[in-house]
Amino acid sequence: MSLKILAVDDSRTMRNLISAALGRAGFEVDLAEDGEDGLRRLADALPDVIITDINMPRLDGFGFIENVRKLYRDRIMPILVLTTESAPDLKARAREAGATGWIVKPFDEEKLIWAIERVAIPGGGT
Amino acid sequence: MSSVSSDDFRDSFFQECEELLEAMQDGFALMVSGAHEAETVHAVFRAVHSIKGGAGAFGFDALVAFAHHFETALDKLRSGDLEAGEETLMLFQRCGDHLADLVSAARDEAGGPLPGGEELREELDSLIGEQPQEEEGLPAFEPVVLDLDAMGEAQEGPGSISILFEPEADLFRSNNEPALLFRSLERLGRLEARADLSRVPLLEDLDPEQCHIQWQLGLETEESEGEIRAVFEFVEDACRLEISSLGAAGLEDGDLPSLEDLISVSPEASLLAETAPPPPAQTAEKTESATEKTSGGPPRGAATATIRVDLDRVDKLINLVGELVIKEAMLSQSIAQLELPSENEVSGGLESLKQLAGEIQEGVMAIRAQPVKPMFQRMARIVREAATATGKRVRLVTQGEHTEVDKTVIERLIDPLTHMIRNAVDHGLESPEARREAGKPEEGTVILSAAHRSGRVMIDISDDGGGINREKVRKIAESKGLVSPEADLSAVEIDNLLFLPGFSSKEQVSELSGRGVGLDVARSEVQTLGGRVSIASTPGEGTTFSISLPLTLAVMEGMVIEVAGQTMVVPITAIQESLQTRTAEIHSIGATGRVVANRERLVPIVDLGETFGLRRTPQNLDGHVLLMVETDSTTHCALIVDAIQDQRQVVIKSLETNYGHVHGVAAATILGDGRIALIIDPDSIIRDTVGAAGADLQLQLAR
Repeated sequence: MSLKILAVDDSRTMRNLISAALGRAGFEVDLAEDGEDGLRRLADALPDVIITDINMPRLDGFGFIENVRKLYRDRIMPILVLTTESAPDLKARAREAGATGWIVKPFDEEKLIWAIERVAIPGGGT
Repeated sequence: MSSVSSDDFRDSFFQECEELLEAMQDGFALMVSGAHEAETVHAVFRAVHSIKGGAGAFGFDALVAFAHHFETALDKLRSGDLEAGEETLMLFQRCGDHLADLVSAARDEAGGPLPGGEELREELDSLIGEQPQEEEGLPAFEPVVLDLDAMGEAQEGPGSISILFEPEADLFRSNNEPALLFRSLERLGRLEARADLSRVPLLEDLDPEQCHIQWQLGLETEESEGEIRAVFEFVEDACRLEISSLGAAGLEDGDLPSLEDLISVSPEASLLAETAPPPPAQTAEKTESATEKTSGGPPRGAATATIRVDLDRVDKLINLVGELVIKEAMLSQSIAQLELPSENEVSGGLESLKQLAGEIQEGVMAIRAQPVKPMFQRMARIVREAATATGKRVRLVTQGEHTEVDKTVIERLIDPLTHMIRNAVDHGLESPEARREAGKPEEGTVILSAAHRSGRVMIDISDDGGGINREKVRKIAESKGLVSPEADLSAVEIDNLLFLPGFSSKEQVSELSGRGVGLDVARSEVQTLGGRVSIASTPGEGTTFSISLPLTLAVMEGMVIEVAGQTMVVPITAIQESLQTRTAEIHSIGATGRVVANRERLVPIVDLGETFGLRRTPQNLDGHVLLMVETDSTTHCALIVDAIQDQRQVVIKSLETNYGHVHGVAAATILGDGRIALIIDPDSIIRDTVGAAGADLQLQLAR
């Protein structure tokens, strides 16, 4: 069974790139436009791994991660932050919120897939 | 740079950039007006941030570099470290312009930094009062590497590595899984792991969500320490990690349990099992229904759903709908000739068909309609540049920016509008000193507004400058021989002298709005769109240029006329009024020339029949109709036509593809009865027949 990934990013370009890259890697991809949208997607189906941006309208990455951890406490759902931010305090905040890992853009397909494979537990989340 | 380089993605990136730039401009406009909230600043920040992110993915380095600087400064604004003062906002807007330029350059594959970027960067740096950090990616916690090598020979590369991995208790909260880390390590070489369970509390004290185990790992690998650390990248801030080389010596066999053993017995593995979710069957079902919902469901999020369609397809559709409307009219006419009883099914059905066709036409036209907002935003930039070049302080106020106009009209309006905006800043507004003396605020205001008015689009460019200096305008016109010194000109007529070819009101052509192009060119560009330009000016208070445009270029309100047995259409917008020849006061001038007295002026008479070589102008004009047409307030002409048939909407069919440009003819149309009629172009007829554009002015002076 292929891994299910939810990618949350407000940039259509990034969503396109992520979706294409993950699709090529054989993952099943679901997309959301911001934190709120992400939570809505989660209510429909739970992925194996979540990839999220930080700077987003309505609900940003930190808030999104906190909510996911609160709402789905009993789930193993690694959350990777994919962002251009690399400031240590932001990383720390994301970790505090419950992020599993941090990938700094520019978008690199290999790096992203390697990161997913490092944190994903196939079938572990569902 | 990245393996993703599909053109589609690029296109979509640039399209998104346009939207983001628009959002950014909106934000700045709000900030300038002082009506912004915290979210405004966030939105601007995000826009620049997203551009940077996407640009990075495509390797547009110059764009990324500048966006990064810009973003850093915006972040200061966001965090409140920076005040959104006037100077700051001006700088940000210029940076926004530069960012837009870089996006365009990237799209045109002319990557690389653009002139002016370095200066802006420096200004940004001095604004935020620091040298931006080039590298801020260092982790907060740099693990200390202890060299536990007993043999004292630290070694790179192949050998045995000892790793102490002591996760913090909340490791699981971030869903990091030690077993997965070990699996990744196994890819690097032979791994042996030993769990230290000494800190695991008694069952009653045990918090299953906490990690109580530490690991001592032995790895035999060819990889560098960096590779090993990379495995722990995500947990390095949440653990104590000690990596040391044991040299080439192998591990003592049996010293450490194998990974498999470890996983099978480790408490956190059973934790995984415990927290395993509801029965798989139920989950699968749930997922399936969710997927179903997604694929067929409504568009995601609250954003407006859009699709991208080739313009060619839309135009083809518009053309076909045009045909449909014509066919419908033809059918109506044939049915009318059948003389059916007034109450009949056919006529009723036809009526609803007509309505439907009309609605389809409107709907299809709406596809091509676009808000003028992006164009107005471009003008904001023109104003900024013009203000900088002339040393004036100018505020642009835009109104009605959601007014929708045909895409082509917008595209072709940019040049003339740019010219008129520059003109307003350069010639319309006074210098700050002059404004102060006149008791006005030093900052001049240019208002750019759009509105729908009686089936047309009105675009006004108003400045609160000194108004047109009519005395000066007149002198210039006289000195250039455009007007006779004896002429008795009204204020409006003097204002309209500005539109005469060869007129430039500044003695010295200024670098800015001069450029060898006069307002006459701007006006004729508007006219080719079926539009008109007029001026209104009040001394001391300002000047307003008004552009009136058709909503679409595909249909037009026209007057169907008859000349020498031919049916033709005259654009209704050009017609001022129609006169019966027998009541009109017609004078002869010279051998062939004739003028008609109308509203205090003498207007030259032109026979359409002769213009098109259909006949010689009849001596006796009795029974003919004179159509008073104008191209602007100074150029008038009376067209002799034989009869007026109808006033109706006609679908414009371009002839240029097949016939090139024909003088006096703008296009053609198909009438309800299937006949083809030429749509005449009054402008070119007046130009060609009457001669100089100011001809009737001259005639009036001759009186």
